[in-house]
Amino acid sequence: MDQKKTAYLGLFAAIAIIFGYVESLIPFFAGIPGMKLGLANLAVLFVLERYTWKEAALVSLVRIFVVGFLFGNGSSIMYSLAGAALSLAVMVFVKNKVGFGHLGVSVAGGVSHNIGQLMVAIPATHTVGLLYYYAPALMVSGVVTGLLIGVLTREVLKRIP
Amino acid sequence: MKKKEFIFIGALLAVSVLLCVYVYVLPHVKYGSIQITVDGELYGTYSLGKDQVIAIGDTNVCEIKNGEVKMTEANCPDHLCMKQPAVGSAGGYIVCLPNKVVIQGEGEGDADPQDSDGGFDAVV
Repeated sequence: MDQKKTAYLGLFAAIAIIFGYVESLIPFFAGIPGMKLGLANLAVLFVLERYTWKEAALVSLVRIFVVGFLFGNGSSIMYSLAGAALSLAVMVFVKNKVGFGHLGVSVAGGVSHNIGQLMVAIPATHTVGLLYYYAPALMVSGVVTGLLIGVLTREVLKRIP
Repeated sequence: MKKKEFIFIGALLAVSVLLCVYVYVLPHVKYGSIQITVDGELYGTYSLGKDQVIAIGDTNVCEIKNGEVKMTEANCPDHLCMKQPAVGSAGGYIVCLPNKVVIQGEGEGDADPQDSDGGFDAVV
C-alpha cells in the first residue's frame, strides 16, 4: 500500500466515524426508525470511486465497529453491518456491471442500505408486517438522501486531487 | 447524469411514492385494538377503547389514552420506540428493536385465532 493511499484511507475512515457521530446528534427522525441522512456513505463512496470495493469495505468496517462500540451497542452494530454489506454489494454491482455514475450508485446504495436493515429487523422481531409498513417510507428516504449524498460526493471528488 | 441512471432513479422514486400512497394514505381497515409481541411471542391483545398503562415485561411500558397507544418507557439506550408516533385507529407499528418489543394495530373485524377457544375443534 503506498503512503498516499494509507493516508487517504485513514482520513476517510476518520471522516466516516465523525459523520456517524454527527448523524447520531441530528434528530432526523420522522417517526420511522432507520431513516437518516447517510452522511458516512459520502466517505465510502469517495473511497469506492478512488480505489476498489475492498478499500471501501475496509473503511466501512472500521467505521461500523468504532461508532458501534463508542455510541451504540451489539444490536446497532448488527443493523449497521447488514445495511452496509447489502449497500456496498449493490453499489459495486451498479457501478461496475451497470455503469452507473455517482448519483445512480449513491441512490442504489441509500435504498439498499435501508432495505438491508429492514431485513435484519424482520427476523429479530418475527414481524413480517414491518416490511409492508416501513419499506415505502424508507425507499423514498433512500432515494432522496442518496441523491443528496451523490451530489456531495461528486463535488468532493472534484475538489480533492 | 446518464440516461439509464435517470430512468433508474425516476422509476425507483415513482414506485416508492406510489407504495407510500397505497400504504399510508389510502384508507384500510379500522384498527380497534393493539397486539403486543415480545421476541415473536404474543404478549397480549388490548382494546384501544380502554385507557390503561401496560407494563411489557420489565423493559417497556406503553400507555393507551384517547384511543391511541404510545410507548412511554423503555430501558434501551436510544429510546427510539418512545419517539415513534402513536398507533391509533389508522394502525401501524411501534418497534423497540433492542428489546424486540413490537406493538401493532389490529383490525376490528379480524378473525383472531387467539380469541377463539383453542380446543374447540377437538370437541366436535
